[in-house]
Amino acid sequence: MHGLINRAIQSFVCATYGQSCWLRVTEAARLGFIEFEAMLVYDDDMTARVLDALSVDLDRSQAEILEDVGTYLVSHPNMEGLRRLLRFGGVSYVEFLHSLDDLADRVRLAVSDLALPTLELRELSATEYQLGCSPGLPGYSSVMVGVLRAMADDYGALVMLSHEERYQDSDVISIMLVESAFAEGRHFDLGARNG
Amino acid sequence: MTDTQELAGLLETLCPMFLLVDQKGCIGQAGSTLQKLRPELPLVGQGFLDVFELIRPRTVTTVPALMSMAGAKLHLKFRDEPRTTLKGLVAPLQQSGGAVINLSFGISILDAVRDYALTSADFSGTDLAIELLYLVEAKSAAMEASRSLNLRLQGAMLAAEEQAYTDTLTGLKNRRAMDHVLGHLILTNSAFALMHLDLDFFKSVNDRLGHAAGDYVLQQAARIMLEETRSADTVARVGGDEFVIIFKGLTQEGTLASIADRLIARLNEPMMFQTQPCSISASIGTALSTQLQVLKAADILHAADLALYQAKRDGRSCHRLYSTLTNVQS
Repeated sequence: MHGLINRAIQSFVCATYGQSCWLRVTEAARLGFIEFEAMLVYDDDMTARVLDALSVDLDRSQAEILEDVGTYLVSHPNMEGLRRLLRFGGVSYVEFLHSLDDLADRVRLAVSDLALPTLELRELSATEYQLGCSPGLPGYSSVMVGVLRAMADDYGALVMLSHEERYQDSDVISIMLVESAFAEGRHFDLGARNG
Repeated sequence: MTDTQELAGLLETLCPMFLLVDQKGCIGQAGSTLQKLRPELPLVGQGFLDVFELIRPRTVTTVPALMSMAGAKLHLKFRDEPRTTLKGLVAPLQQSGGAVINLSFGISILDAVRDYALTSADFSGTDLAIELLYLVEAKSAAMEASRSLNLRLQGAMLAAEEQAYTDTLTGLKNRRAMDHVLGHLILTNSAFALMHLDLDFFKSVNDRLGHAAGDYVLQQAARIMLEETRSADTVARVGGDEFVIIFKGLTQEGTLASIADRLIARLNEPMMFQTQPCSISASIGTALSTQLQVLKAADILHAADLALYQAKRDGRSCHRLYSTLTNVQS
């Protein structure tokens, strides 16, 4: 599993539950170290052990935790850079949804060895969408639910999401757009590069 | 007139940084993004060459010269601040004698989006500007992550070197390792002999033939020491041309003397570095753990040192035992 994914989980746990929780989890998962490096690749098994240990430690399901990871990735100040990259996808929430078709390619453009499953948006009507997540990365669709919810807030859109059962091998997320300009949303300045 | 309006509308959709100029070089229409760069200065009515300065080709200073640049890539700058650089392309209009001049940011886009607070609405849908901005941010973030990894790896490497027990040049143990072995032997009350070996004339090889020759000699000397000792013995390079050999469980002076003599004999043989012969020798002093009343690492090293200096005083290229020194008590 790519270090960026492991690092995201680590960053989420430390920011949300504190360093001591992360230390307990690395101990229980028998990692043998406490820091994932973002630019190294680790055994998939390590990530699975971390998520198992985290689930036990927090007494919450992995799907719930991963949804929170998705929300964290977009909304936490630590992750402002990532939010900006996602906001490059479009000027409205609907445009952003459509840009998800290219997300895996965009990610590969930035980090060539980070392969994410492809996403496919189906537009059922102007307010109803379905996002299909290809298999390959367990829990990815749960993370995406969190990302979609947080990005809706970011754009000021009001949406209802439901994470449905597997459909022909790929997870499906249903997105109901209640109002595209529900709230102000957060500002996105093209030129406000970090550093 | 209606033709011009239609053309301007078309250009506004396709390339919102266009200018329509007449045959005198006067701006008749300006794209909305370009106008956004100069909110205080209505571009329509201005002379193109009054607003922009050509950087390349520099020789273009008149309107006819500008018109003759059809199809060529132009580099230009605003004449006033901020002096954003732009790329331009002139496409002449046959009927009116004027031209369409399309401008773009090129590499200056990174500063331009910040300086002029541009948004994605300022670029046409097919413009790669947004992708470029995305890529710059994504790559910068990835590069930053790699850079911080490199820094940490470098720190880890330095720490590992500090903790290492091997002399990288010769492959022998280093001073740290020798201290460690010596401490362990003393702690466990083991009997052992400690030989302090110093290469003679090494400095002159280094000075005369260079560091590569010096390194070669050290490596050859290390090989000889390893060949003349048992694998259980510790051979360490403790200084530039200083070595310590610890013989665990060996306290017979006769055996030690013959080992020392063999070492000196072999080190005396000239070594060939490339085509140059390098002649060195060795002086050795040996002390036994059993010869000290209270065994301390510093003391046995000192005892071997004294024997070594006696060997040096006696003309180098020889071996002296601590027990034979006249002015010390055993």
